[in-house]
Amino acid sequence: MYMSATPNLWEETIQPGATWSHVLKRGTALRVVDLEGNANVGAIFYNFECPVERYNMPDTLKAQHIARLTTGFVLYSDMGRILLSVIADTVGWHDPIGGTSNVHLVEKKYGLSTYQESRNDYPKNGRDSFLIELGKWGLGPRDLVANINLFSRVDVSEDGSMTFVPGNSKAGDSVELRAEMNVLAILNTCQHPLDPSPKYEPRPVQVAIRQVPVPATDDPCRISRPENGRGFTLTERYFL
Amino acid sequence: MSTTTISGKNLIESKLSQSKAIYRHEILAGEPWIRELRKGQYFRIVDLHGNQAVDTLFYNAHDYSDRYSAQDTIQQQRNIYLTAGTKLISTAGTVLLTIVADTCGRHDTLGGACANESNMVRYALEKRHMHACRSSFLKAITEWDHGMSKRDITSNINFFMNVPVTSEGKLTFEDGISDPGKYVEMRAEIDVLVLISNCPQLNNPCNAYNPTPVEVLIWDSAL
Repeated sequence: MYMSATPNLWEETIQPGATWSHVLKRGTALRVVDLEGNANVGAIFYNFECPVERYNMPDTLKAQHIARLTTGFVLYSDMGRILLSVIADTVGWHDPIGGTSNVHLVEKKYGLSTYQESRNDYPKNGRDSFLIELGKWGLGPRDLVANINLFSRVDVSEDGSMTFVPGNSKAGDSVELRAEMNVLAILNTCQHPLDPSPKYEPRPVQVAIRQVPVPATDDPCRISRPENGRGFTLTERYFL
Repeated sequence: MSTTTISGKNLIESKLSQSKAIYRHEILAGEPWIRELRKGQYFRIVDLHGNQAVDTLFYNAHDYSDRYSAQDTIQQQRNIYLTAGTKLISTAGTVLLTIVADTCGRHDTLGGACANESNMVRYALEKRHMHACRSSFLKAITEWDHGMSKRDITSNINFFMNVPVTSEGKLTFEDGISDPGKYVEMRAEIDVLVLISNCPQLNNPCNAYNPTPVEVLIWDSAL
């Protein structure tokens, strides 16, 4: 039903290892396409009007009893509201627990290189990428919270151990997030911190924005579980 | 109390004597607690009555923007459960504390803290008035009066809680694995600020709908 496409308002490519941000307006959707396969997109989301309200990993996981994201699930803020709904997904599993890389991890895995040496191919890390993009909106380390990783999968075994699953996303796979509020999206295409590949090889993605209908009373994300019905109610009240 | 057998537990008892603790305090259910630990001090939380959730956040005492990170902690040890040997990692990659003893065996850091708003989503819109951990956090940091705000409240540890993830990617809330008198003990690796909410949740069977007191103890050293 969501594939009855309205035209893209615009689209662009986020280059490998690059950062990106945008205020997703309520009533639009962000589609992210893995252009080459094995992409990873680290993402954190904020209520643009009041960024101290922000994506909350535990509230998202425990409201829906999930440790993965796909169609029908939503991303909760820490105020009981729904920032974004996953309205389409060809991957089936996006990681909400694995976190992001930092400079120490990236140096250890891929070696030290500078801009002077490598120009724009110098190895980027997720934490610094988040902080750079947050800084453009007047935000900083106190606003850095648990992120999601689109296109990546981390399995958890019975003893709690975490395993990155290579090849989770193929070229052309995509996920679409509908903005239920005016959402500041902070993204980067750094590799997943648990990606075992010793090669620094971040991948590009395409982002596209389009207008979408308001969620109907029988919207799949709204009716997927009673918690989400209440989450939509609280979100809609915010705009009354 | 549950006697559930769990895998991955790593039970290590402390050698510290309670009589040598320099500080002891009982935190009643629904109360917050905030205090600094100096580098090298040992910090124990005792689950006095069993299966009580102790929602806990840690900060670098000299820079509160450098704070406990659930994702960095589980990512570095590649395991979602906290137990003896776990290094509690900050957002800047600093080791804040190390868990040195644990008689429970498994602690959660994915389930987060309850809030008025999350209770409305999880249970019913009418639950907004019920006392919640994030209200306790906000009260404690306001009284602490060092410029902290909701921006500083982030994903916490739930000591003594059992929140497994299945191979299908489901998050489940299982019966507790703690019992009266079980404890977890940490060594501060730098000066840290500890912020606790002794969870008042009445809507969740994880604590048998009965929040209870816990005790915190501090030692100056392992001697």
